[in-house]
Amino acid sequence: MIKSLNFLGKPSRDKLNLFISIGAFFFALGIVDLILNSFFEINITSILPRWLNYFTPLIFSFIGLHYIRIEFSGNRKLDSLNKNINSNWFNATLTMLIIFVLIQNVPPLLNWLFFDADFIGTSKEECSREGACWIFINVWLKRFVYGLYPNSEIWRINLSFLMLIALVIFGFFASIKIKKYIIIFLLFIFPFIAINLISGGNFGLLWVETAAWGGLSLTFIISIFALLFCFPVGMFLALGRRSSAPVIRYSSIGFIEFWRGVPLITVLFMASVMMPMFLPDGTYMDKLVRVIIAITLFEAAYMAEVIRGGLQALPKGQYDAGKSLGMGYWRMHLLVILPQALKLVIPGIANTFLALVKDTPLILVVGLLELVGMIDMAKTNPDWLGFATEGYVFAGVVFWFICFNMSRYSQRLERRYKTER
Amino acid sequence: MSDKIIEMIDVNKWFGDFQVLKDINLTVSSKQKIVVCGPSGSGKSTLIRCINRLEEHQKGKIVVDGIELSENTKNIEQIRAEVGMVFQQFNLFPHLSIVDNCTLAPIWVKKIPKKLAEESALKQLEKVQILDQARKFPGQLSGGQQQRAAIARALCMEPKIMLFDEPTSALDPEMIKEVLDAMVDLAKGGMTMIVVTHEMGFAKEVADEVIFMDEGLIVEKANTKEFFANPKSDRTKLFLSQIL
Repeated sequence: MIKSLNFLGKPSRDKLNLFISIGAFFFALGIVDLILNSFFEINITSILPRWLNYFTPLIFSFIGLHYIRIEFSGNRKLDSLNKNINSNWFNATLTMLIIFVLIQNVPPLLNWLFFDADFIGTSKEECSREGACWIFINVWLKRFVYGLYPNSEIWRINLSFLMLIALVIFGFFASIKIKKYIIIFLLFIFPFIAINLISGGNFGLLWVETAAWGGLSLTFIISIFALLFCFPVGMFLALGRRSSAPVIRYSSIGFIEFWRGVPLITVLFMASVMMPMFLPDGTYMDKLVRVIIAITLFEAAYMAEVIRGGLQALPKGQYDAGKSLGMGYWRMHLLVILPQALKLVIPGIANTFLALVKDTPLILVVGLLELVGMIDMAKTNPDWLGFATEGYVFAGVVFWFICFNMSRYSQRLERRYKTER
Repeated sequence: MSDKIIEMIDVNKWFGDFQVLKDINLTVSSKQKIVVCGPSGSGKSTLIRCINRLEEHQKGKIVVDGIELSENTKNIEQIRAEVGMVFQQFNLFPHLSIVDNCTLAPIWVKKIPKKLAEESALKQLEKVQILDQARKFPGQLSGGQQQRAAIARALCMEPKIMLFDEPTSALDPEMIKEVLDAMVDLAKGGMTMIVVTHEMGFAKEVADEVIFMDEGLIVEKANTKEFFANPKSDRTKLFLSQIL
């Protein structure tokens, strides 16, 4: 086929403009053919047999790309285009396929998401059903964020998270000395103040049982606590697995391999159903606490292996140097080994954290409803049947937004702590 | 030169089935400078690593500054704080600046206030002539500068003994001199030193005694002039003829 295209001669820089015009014409023809075909149901090549007709956009643009594939054309833009997406017939075909898929799918998607969608209203009757019905999200938003938390008490959740944001922003701009105290406060004191505020029961605050907590705020609460706890636990496990004391080493290995081997969903189920049976009579542990413990231990096992990877990457000389300066085990690890090892595995730590956040919807199985759970509930409400797609798209966007920002932050940390070896 | 600061009695060590140290007997007096040489694999690095227990010996007795090395971790940490060590691969802490490398152990092990630790660190860095590099990170320094920083770091603990494990073997030829100069200065200051090295010029200049090791044994131990002028064993003669 390629040979028959050469009746004009091999594309060369001598007749650059001619070849570019011909190529652009064919390429445009292919695109126009596709657009007319898919959106206006006009077929400009209907005279051709059906089996060929189907491929005409591809063939046209293939010819087009063949004509503009001119080596060393002297035109820098054309050269870089050829080098990157049109270097040979295979790459040209891939390029075209991707362009075609985008043309065929992006406009309908945008239509559904925005142009045909309904945003304003209070009931599902106001939705035209041609595009997405964002009214569903709008109406249920409060539930999606706060779960079944009583409306009159929502200010407590808001206040907690506002305090968190304010502290983080303040810490961001504060001097290093104050920063240290803010970080300590944030890590060790604030979580417990916030949890007290949200659960209430003292200082004249109404007690709100954890079964009523839910939605996005519960996602955050579980994630934050699990993140806080799984990191140190994972660190100890990683050190334990490398310990020279057999008891510590084998119990760490046993712990890690046990938790890595079971699915999270069974762990949660056990935490919710089995654990109360093992607790002595009369003791009671809140279901949410049990769930947080379960997620923490589960993710800590992964965290341990990530951190162990970093520990193993350090040269033995670093240990020698630390020891030779008279440092004991803990000083050496805290001052010399861990700062370097953790820095090496920031991407892995971020990975585990992201996985943790995205695992939270699984608490559905024990009857706790965070964002996805609330959406599940809303979509089965008799008044709002049939909006699962909108709900899950919303959940996807929210989770993506959270995770993307965490990932961005981890990249920032990586850059900041980058040192030459 | 009478008080013994290091005493090794019948020290034996195995790596698996392989015996690296065989009945080592060695006494080092305070302020003595000893150079250990020998072919690679002869156990000389292991010998000095046993002195601050980076390696454990399995038989025999090692006494450093009146404290016997045993399983007791408190003793070990105490000895390590008094025995400085410089490594072939420098082993600076890459995540800390040079001055932080030097102050880390004094602050956290000897509990010296940060300000004092920093002052003495800068003094040590000045002695090894890299004061201008104090705020840089190890990765930004040349090999010779890194090794001098490592010497300064060890000195910041104010050790009684300094161990050098082939300090110039990983360096470019033109950087060897700057490190050796720093070591000569240190020797003239009266430090007790045990140096594993192939730099025979350095040995002739500063060493009181030279030890020649081969296959885990101390083959020859003599004062420096004697060692180079008329070595007794054939193995030593052969080694010297190859290296000089």
